[in-house]
Amino acid sequence: MRHAMAPVFAIVLFLAFWELTVWVNDWPNYKMASPSDLWPAFWRFKWLFLTYGWETLWRTVIGLIIAVMVGLVFGVLMGFSRVLRQGLYPLLVGFNAIPKATVVPIVALMFVGQHDLNTVLIAFMISFFPIAVSVSVGLSTLEPEYRDILRALGASRFTIFWKIALPKTLPEFFGALKVAVTLAFIGTNLMEIVSPHGRGLGALFDSGKTNSDYPLMFAVLIALAILGIALYYVIVVLEGIFAGWADRQGE
Amino acid sequence: MASERNTNFIKIDGVSHTFQTATGNLPVLDDLSLSVPKNGFTAIVGPSGCGKSTVTRLIAGLLRPNIGGVWLKGEPVNSPRDIVGMAFQNPVLLEWRSILKNVMLPLEIVPNSLSSVAREQRALDLLKLVGLSGFEDKKPSELSGGMRQRASLCRALVHKPEILILDEPFGALDAFTREDLWQTMHQLREKEPFTGVLITHDLREAIFLADEVVVLSGRPATTQFKQEMMERGPRSIDQLYTPRAMETLNILREQIKIARQNEGTVS
Repeated sequence: MRHAMAPVFAIVLFLAFWELTVWVNDWPNYKMASPSDLWPAFWRFKWLFLTYGWETLWRTVIGLIIAVMVGLVFGVLMGFSRVLRQGLYPLLVGFNAIPKATVVPIVALMFVGQHDLNTVLIAFMISFFPIAVSVSVGLSTLEPEYRDILRALGASRFTIFWKIALPKTLPEFFGALKVAVTLAFIGTNLMEIVSPHGRGLGALFDSGKTNSDYPLMFAVLIALAILGIALYYVIVVLEGIFAGWADRQGE
Repeated sequence: MASERNTNFIKIDGVSHTFQTATGNLPVLDDLSLSVPKNGFTAIVGPSGCGKSTVTRLIAGLLRPNIGGVWLKGEPVNSPRDIVGMAFQNPVLLEWRSILKNVMLPLEIVPNSLSSVAREQRALDLLKLVGLSGFEDKKPSELSGGMRQRASLCRALVHKPEILILDEPFGALDAFTREDLWQTMHQLREKEPFTGVLITHDLREAIFLADEVVVLSGRPATTQFKQEMMERGPRSIDQLYTPRAMETLNILREQIKIARQNEGTVS
């Protein structure tokens, strides 16, 4: 019970502090909206929040799924081949170093009008790097004895990968996925905010800005935080199922 | 021919091997020859870093020598063969599998006609033999170092290999656990005879477990000295404290000293 109450208590405390700070300073809501301003904003746009929230969510998830697949392919290639690792690393690091905000207008122009594709693309581009790196590091640091134990029995490379290398890399993979999921959200919203006539929570944020509806903008931020938390904990649950053995806290 | 196969069940003949490293060539073995008879048990000792582990990789077929050859049962070794079982200093158990599933791993790789029930029974029997009954469903992280090493031994033996290669398997254990495991080794050998090669830096371990102890010279290693043990098969720890055992220990220690002095002078 204490487990469940701790985060609820923390959130209530945070909201109270926020409300109090705005009240004490007597800030107008264009400077800082208070939690009590948010609920009317949510209620007024409840259908938009639901439909746009869904838009943002599915694009983020699709982008993330593509990032996982591409990240796995790069990670496996770099994990097993030193030449590929040395060759691809600078390229990937360089690609990752480019701020994705600068890529957004380029992509928006490249596939003009294809809002879904653009958004998924940015979500993917921003989030695949940590996955590729963690998988490649996990595979390349596999102790040689692990490989030898199966190789000595005549196991194929694929068997070694499937039975040992892959499961052993899962904890690193899920660690990276937790980073990637928040990154993917950032990517989705970047595109949604920038695209004209966009959809999704980012677009709702943008319309709040153009209409000077400050409580709405804050409400969107809160909605994004809620979606982020939800998706993060989905990953945590998956991690518990597939890589729960790496958790030693109970021992 | 059959007797030749039995006296030279494992045969290493005139093997030289050099590793290419970033800083240049590193010769590790120089004209090394060695043979182990069927169901014999040979311990290989030598200065650290002299290439002992390379010998195990050669026998397992994980590595092919630059010069010379390795034969198992009279057949040249070109690639890994499933008549070999291996255990290392690091027990390398798979953390996500139960102890039972860890032990059963080789049966998933090596072709065999066992049913899944028979496989499980085989693993359970071995675990019982080494005193791990009741721990089948535990994860490796829940076991002590000695227990993990016992499980690792079971895994090495589960597919009934004719040859068991042990690369310092007891090196990281405390003295009492180590002596327990030495006894376990004798029990296993009595129950299911195999031909064994043990790499160790513990001379007492070598003379307690082996039929023959081979001392390798410093790098690049060659066979410097061989000592037959008087005992065969199971023996009690007390025998390590007899005058004869002391004498053997001293001979081997002298040989190691010589090996260390000569290190690097041959090239």
